[in-house]
Amino acid sequence: MQLTDTTGSAATTADPGTPADTGRPILDVAALHKSYGALKVLRGIDLAVWPREMVFLIGPSGSGKSTLLRCLNRLEEPSSGSIVVDGIDIMAPGTDLNRVRQRIGMVFQSFNLYPHMTALGNVTLALRKVQGRRRADAEDLGRAVLGRVGLSDKADAYPHALSGGQQQRVAIARALALEPRVMLFDEPTSALDPELVGSVLQVMRNMRESGMTMVVVSHEFGFARAAADRVLFLDTGRVVEQGPPEQIFDAPQEARTRDFVRRITQH
Amino acid sequence: MQTLIDNFFNLEIVVAAWPILLQGFGMTLLLCAVVVPVGLAGGLVVALLSGARSRCLRWIMVGYVDFFRAFPPLVLLIFIYFGFPFAGIDIPEFAAVVLAFLLNSSSYYGEIFRAGIESIGRAQIDAARSTGLTAGQTMRHVILPQAIRNVLPDLIGNTLEVVKLTSIASVVALQELLYMARQAQSVTYNASPIVVAALMYLVLLWPLVRLLSRLEHKTLAGR
Repeated sequence: MQLTDTTGSAATTADPGTPADTGRPILDVAALHKSYGALKVLRGIDLAVWPREMVFLIGPSGSGKSTLLRCLNRLEEPSSGSIVVDGIDIMAPGTDLNRVRQRIGMVFQSFNLYPHMTALGNVTLALRKVQGRRRADAEDLGRAVLGRVGLSDKADAYPHALSGGQQQRVAIARALALEPRVMLFDEPTSALDPELVGSVLQVMRNMRESGMTMVVVSHEFGFARAAADRVLFLDTGRVVEQGPPEQIFDAPQEARTRDFVRRITQH
Repeated sequence: MQTLIDNFFNLEIVVAAWPILLQGFGMTLLLCAVVVPVGLAGGLVVALLSGARSRCLRWIMVGYVDFFRAFPPLVLLIFIYFGFPFAGIDIPEFAAVVLAFLLNSSSYYGEIFRAGIESIGRAQIDAARSTGLTAGQTMRHVILPQAIRNVLPDLIGNTLEVVKLTSIASVVALQELLYMARQAQSVTYNASPIVVAALMYLVLLWPLVRLLSRLEHKTLAGR
């Protein structure tokens, strides 16, 4: 179990600037709360994700797992709590959020590619506009990253001409091109036809092997069982149980986890 | 038959009036070249301010758009040109026309741009912001290109109306096409210059009308 202790997170906050090492989590979330009016979606989440770790968030719909993910790069504004990414407190008032977001790649359920740009255009937009690279430079890098997701030959294709699996891999390349320290996946295969899921999971497997730190919201329990280092079960905005996949899927300790896993595996 | 030709298609009179009609046509072109871009730019500003975070600003923009969409453009122009001098502000004809068109057409263009921007879902903003683009960069590189494509037929349709409406500049004696045609008509006691002016408007607008039809068919086919 890797629960955050407050002294640890205070130490990382007080020590900015040094590159991440294995001694501290890449992502350190403490007491995270999120409410929409009276509706409490997250009720005190503590989560430390370590370098090269692949963490799965599972739970029933409405459990807050997607909201948690979207709070991690402040696409959703947390109501309270602290989030430290790679030593940078992203909740601090002076933080340059746009700079930090390059370190946090995000992949969405419905891909969210820019339909008016080619695959290469999608991948290079932030390289050019956020990182200020020259077009030629950005395009070289973009083609290389598209190659990593197996789409070297699709650089000039527009999203509508690509399959769902290819679109999602372009979206992964768009995030990867910025060389993030951690990647967030929000149900990356839920919108895909079953025969296209494999290609996306393969890319994620390759990323894991190359040492990328990943937080994944997904219903692909087979993949989670095979690839996850740790699985967190969320319900009603809290982490109910966490542990290695064998524990969560085969020997859950909590009644709610047991119910959920049984319901899912019955399908 | 001969009376019809003499009064509406009198070649002699057309030849005599041709230079000043051409001059008027040139002024109409110049007017369009100014008021259309000014209206588009104003409309974009209106749309962006209408989507501002400040509730107060949004309400002001709702008031602006409602007010100027309800204000007859001819009345607006007459008020600016003949009314402003009472407040000690003398305004040249051309400037008065441009100001009236800015106020009138920016509210129409603004609503079109706003509809376009709102047609682009939250997902595109999420994607862009997650890669570190600022709100402004997201608007410029991700939202607006798609928004404009979605409302292009409406933008062209409104531009057609703006071009036609430039003829109201004749009431402040700006020497555009209608004004010149009316001059020629009153001097010659003949309607032929008006007919020629109408044909010139047709020449100016027909390509736009054609383009609009093609876009509308494409949009329907694409649905």
